[in-house]
Amino acid sequence: MVLKFLVRRIFQLLIVLLVVSSIVFFVTSVIGNPVHTMLPERAAQELVDQVVRQLGLDKPLYVQYLIFLRNALRGDFGRSYTHFQPALKLIFSRFPATMEIVAVSMLMTVVLGISLGVYAGAHPKRRLSKIVMGGSIAGISLPSFWVGMVLIFFFSVRMGWFPVSGRGQLGTILGIPTSLATVSGWRHILLPSITLASINIATVIRLVRAGMLETMRQDYIKFAKAKGVNSRDVLYKHALKNIMIPVVTMFGLQLGEMIAFTTITETIFAWPGMGKLLIDAINNLDRPIVSAYLLFVAVLFVVINFVVDLLYTLIDPRVEL
Amino acid sequence: MSDGVPGARRIHPGSVKQTRTQQFLRSEFFHNYKRSPTAIASSLMILFVVLVAVLGPFVTPQDPYSLAGLSLADAYKPPAWAQGGEVRFLLGTDQQGRDILSAIVYGSRISLFIGFVGVFFAAAFGIVVGLVAGYKGGRIESLIMRVADIQLSFPSMLIALFLMTTFGRSVGNILVALTLIGWVRYARIVRGEVLSVKKKEYVEAAKVIGFSELTIIFKHVLPNVLTSVIVLSTIQVGSFILIEATLSFLGMGVPVTRPSLGMLCSEGFAVLYSGLWWVSFFPGLYIVFIVFGINLFGDFLRDELNPRLK
Repeated sequence: MVLKFLVRRIFQLLIVLLVVSSIVFFVTSVIGNPVHTMLPERAAQELVDQVVRQLGLDKPLYVQYLIFLRNALRGDFGRSYTHFQPALKLIFSRFPATMEIVAVSMLMTVVLGISLGVYAGAHPKRRLSKIVMGGSIAGISLPSFWVGMVLIFFFSVRMGWFPVSGRGQLGTILGIPTSLATVSGWRHILLPSITLASINIATVIRLVRAGMLETMRQDYIKFAKAKGVNSRDVLYKHALKNIMIPVVTMFGLQLGEMIAFTTITETIFAWPGMGKLLIDAINNLDRPIVSAYLLFVAVLFVVINFVVDLLYTLIDPRVEL
Repeated sequence: MSDGVPGARRIHPGSVKQTRTQQFLRSEFFHNYKRSPTAIASSLMILFVVLVAVLGPFVTPQDPYSLAGLSLADAYKPPAWAQGGEVRFLLGTDQQGRDILSAIVYGSRISLFIGFVGVFFAAAFGIVVGLVAGYKGGRIESLIMRVADIQLSFPSMLIALFLMTTFGRSVGNILVALTLIGWVRYARIVRGEVLSVKKKEYVEAAKVIGFSELTIIFKHVLPNVLTSVIVLSTIQVGSFILIEATLSFLGMGVPVTRPSLGMLCSEGFAVLYSGLWWVSFFPGLYIVFIVFGINLFGDFLRDELNPRLK
């Protein structure tokens, strides 16, 4: 059963990758000629021709595509035009930094989003719930770059409590160098994580509340209340369990959304993750990095969806893969 | 169907024919609107924003595009209430001596234009695709829906970013990018609705009578999806304005010659560390105001028009 599902999913992954890689390849080859950004403006024509040949840009487009596909299968997206290192290796080396912010903001989102959402859904008439809901609409209306700027100005420039950029000192946890192991690292990671979490918390609150409103009307909840189960258990054990499926789906989507938005957060806070790498690569027409990033992220999203589907079966045994 | 339902349109059967306005004023929708402070407040916010964008250029103290009106001596003035501020520049000036308030008014025109026109295109494209998918069925349908599924599994911000790097920055290109990311939701809603309506007896009847497919689509299918489309569009305007702002902030949105609100923020970001907070703060605050108003109103609309989406 699981095996069949796995095979189907891997097949699906291959199709998605093929589609994404074709789009990425053809579209990026339309973007300006990278040779001009690599060489000085008045480079000799022979030099230009030589570089064009080295990069294989003189071959017909379909040949370039086939070469691109063959190399991509080996994980080879070429060397970055600006960093002079294999593109995929660069992405991998920046990946942990990105996942650090994503992990911390995911934690904030889960804790705040679910607890506030459950509260607002369980007591829709209370004033605090109305404030939470109003706040959540304000939350989804915030541009994340602006949140970042306000935080930087207030907490870093004005108060001087937090540093404005970078990862700070790295310690190691389980052999992985990370900011999460040092105090300095935590001081660096806090503002970017809040920025990244700000919008997602609001979305989660709204979805959890909607699910709670629906569930609280059900008979089994009334029965549990009548039976005298204490109200915390009714909320967190009986009701929350039943809205876990949409919530888990949403966290899957949110995770993707967060990874996408790290491009903005990392740019603002000069956080050396793969999001900033992408934005810099786009500005420098660094084609290999852009393609490697997009395909890497595509794989990541398919894997996230896969894990979400596996989680369903754990949450709800009735679900078949 | 409407007889006996409280708040229904026909109150006196056989009474004088009502004008549309009268009908609207008596509708349940308007009744609820009058009683909801957030609905009134949010629609006033939207009205204000639109009026400022339309009339603004006639009343702003300065034309931020005309270089002749700018003086470097006026650069870096803080807001009027802060020390060193001038009443002339209510929200301060930027590095070129440009009045922030005027720049915001002009910038909001571009942001709103992109938001509304982008949603219009996305809706038009998405509705057509959804109608085709739902009505034709078969291979076309499964192809369209597969594309939609793949696209939805990618964050729209990332797709927009990718498209803009390819197209290059310009207002027209942003509209194309927004259309390409926005159509999916419309297509899905419309297709779903078409599938359910297609089986209804009155549509079968219309077919038997011999109405053309186009007539059936426009007279019987489209009106059914209209409320969902309106609700979705309201929220989309807000999110498109945010996407545009973000793209422009990253330098991949509007061109330098047409600074939208997001671009003003990005120009202000450069001087934020020197303590010149007002250059980037106020344009961003106005984005929040606009999008907040739209989202509040969208929330009300959704509850009123389409309880299913709740």
